[in-house]
Amino acid sequence: MKRSNKWLWSAAAVVYAFLYIPLAIVVVYSFNDSRLNAEWAGFTLSWYKALFNNKEMLTAARNSLIIALSASLGATVLGTMAGLAIHRYKLKVLPVLVFTPVAMPEILLGVSLLLFFLQVLNLTLGMISIIIAHTTFCIGFVAIIVRARLQGMDESIFEAARDLGASRWQTFRLVTLPLILPAVIAGALMSFTLSIDDFVITFFTKGVGEPILPIQIYTMIKVAVTPEVNAISTLLMLLTLIMIIIASKLEGSAASDGISRKETG
Amino acid sequence: MIKGNLKRDKENRIAKFLVSGPPLLFLIVFFAAPSLIMILTSFRFPGEFGGLAPLVSPAGAAPGEFGLTPEAYQFFFSNVLYAEIFLKSFGVAAATTLICLIMAYPLALLIARSEKRFRNLMVLLVVLPFASNFLIRIYAWMIILGPESGFSHAVNAVLGAFGMGPVTLLFSPFAVMVGMVYVHLPFMVLPLYTNLEKHDSSLLDAALDLGASAWQRFWLITWPLSLPGVFSGAALVFIPVLGMFAVPDILGGTGDILIGNLIKDQFLGTRDWPFGSALSIMLTLAVLSVAGLATWFARSAIGSVHKV
Repeated sequence: MKRSNKWLWSAAAVVYAFLYIPLAIVVVYSFNDSRLNAEWAGFTLSWYKALFNNKEMLTAARNSLIIALSASLGATVLGTMAGLAIHRYKLKVLPVLVFTPVAMPEILLGVSLLLFFLQVLNLTLGMISIIIAHTTFCIGFVAIIVRARLQGMDESIFEAARDLGASRWQTFRLVTLPLILPAVIAGALMSFTLSIDDFVITFFTKGVGEPILPIQIYTMIKVAVTPEVNAISTLLMLLTLIMIIIASKLEGSAASDGISRKETG
Repeated sequence: MIKGNLKRDKENRIAKFLVSGPPLLFLIVFFAAPSLIMILTSFRFPGEFGGLAPLVSPAGAAPGEFGLTPEAYQFFFSNVLYAEIFLKSFGVAAATTLICLIMAYPLALLIARSEKRFRNLMVLLVVLPFASNFLIRIYAWMIILGPESGFSHAVNAVLGAFGMGPVTLLFSPFAVMVGMVYVHLPFMVLPLYTNLEKHDSSLLDAALDLGASAWQRFWLITWPLSLPGVFSGAALVFIPVLGMFAVPDILGGTGDILIGNLIKDQFLGTRDWPFGSALSIMLTLAVLSVAGLATWFARSAIGSVHKV
């Protein structure tokens, strides 16, 4: 091995350690039989038990699940349309509206939606306002994934379908949709993860009353840290990990599909 | 024939409308309109009990502050404290960007020069921790930097050996920096890797044949070619750091306030909506100029490489 590679490897090892040690500590302490996050005092599952007996936490988890499912459904439908439209037509306004929320600091979207909901819609903040806010920022992510999938595809497939007499709707349902489906599902999973994890935008668009998971975690961290936070964190990490694995499998198969199709085509 | 074309044109327009209409409408209502409302709000008077004063003086009300005013902006520019907080936020964002660059570059270079079959896994390993909940990633550092943690004890033991007093790591500017870097590091690795992966290795071989040292090969070939990646990574780190309030809020002390915290307080603390909106507009302008600068630098970097 070359000398420069050894140097690179050690620098990279430090960065990987920096990335993983903090999360590993959270997971380890979630099994620690001590109220303090200081030293190891033996194995316990009591923090998980406490978590499952915490009514407010369970309600928060249920609320967050409802929000994430609704927002990812809305964002997937609208984001797929946006991705298709941006890929197929020369549009000026839509790309700006779709991609800007992805690029700008979240706090700006949170603040402007807060003002909009309270002033214009006169909406009582709650689940509905959070779902709308999450849909708004997830659309861009779905559109990016769907568009990337379309860019890798051979346009002649769609022309062939049209030449063979398929209507637009048939072309979409029988050709386009099956081809972009992996990207659509990956986009849906990504929206779900983004929504269930989102703190900043939720913080500004939440109402009083219904507990929401990230807000609940924030309160626990700010007010009184108990190892229950470690337990809920570990469970959330597990959930995200599963989502990521499914999404990357789909995107991977999407990519290899595209390649094999190009090779045979 | 012409008739068929016309029919097809019409169909095309209908299809375009059906596909682009719904997302366009949704985003006009829930993104464009709220942004305009925010601009409008920044020019209004604050209400007596938070919120806003009415735009039009209500019938029979005592003459007061109604209508539009640049007061919020005047207030911003009249108090040096706010300029200082903006300046500090820019400083933190610049420092975070630089540290992320120093940490991300070797890693991105290693991934780009690894065998193809390992690359995806190595990239996934960078993204994976980033996918865990944002608050959890910040909270993890509360444990590590906490006064009773092994890390704190070790740091203070080392400092003690040099005769320096014990320091508190948590709730300090140091903790804020660590949190900022930790949360944003993947944003730097990914664009750098995407750029470095495309480099033609024959350039480096040619330089080696011509007697260039390892440092010369890096500084004269790899680095200038990677500048577009550096600038897009820098923008991806700099911009979110500029608006971040959760990291200083959780890991910082009372003095570690950045733009984001200032904005948050106007809406959920003191409830001065016009001033909060004006601050948000200033942040937007800052973000736009940073994004513009990064694009310009990246373009000119590509241009100069092509000239060579």
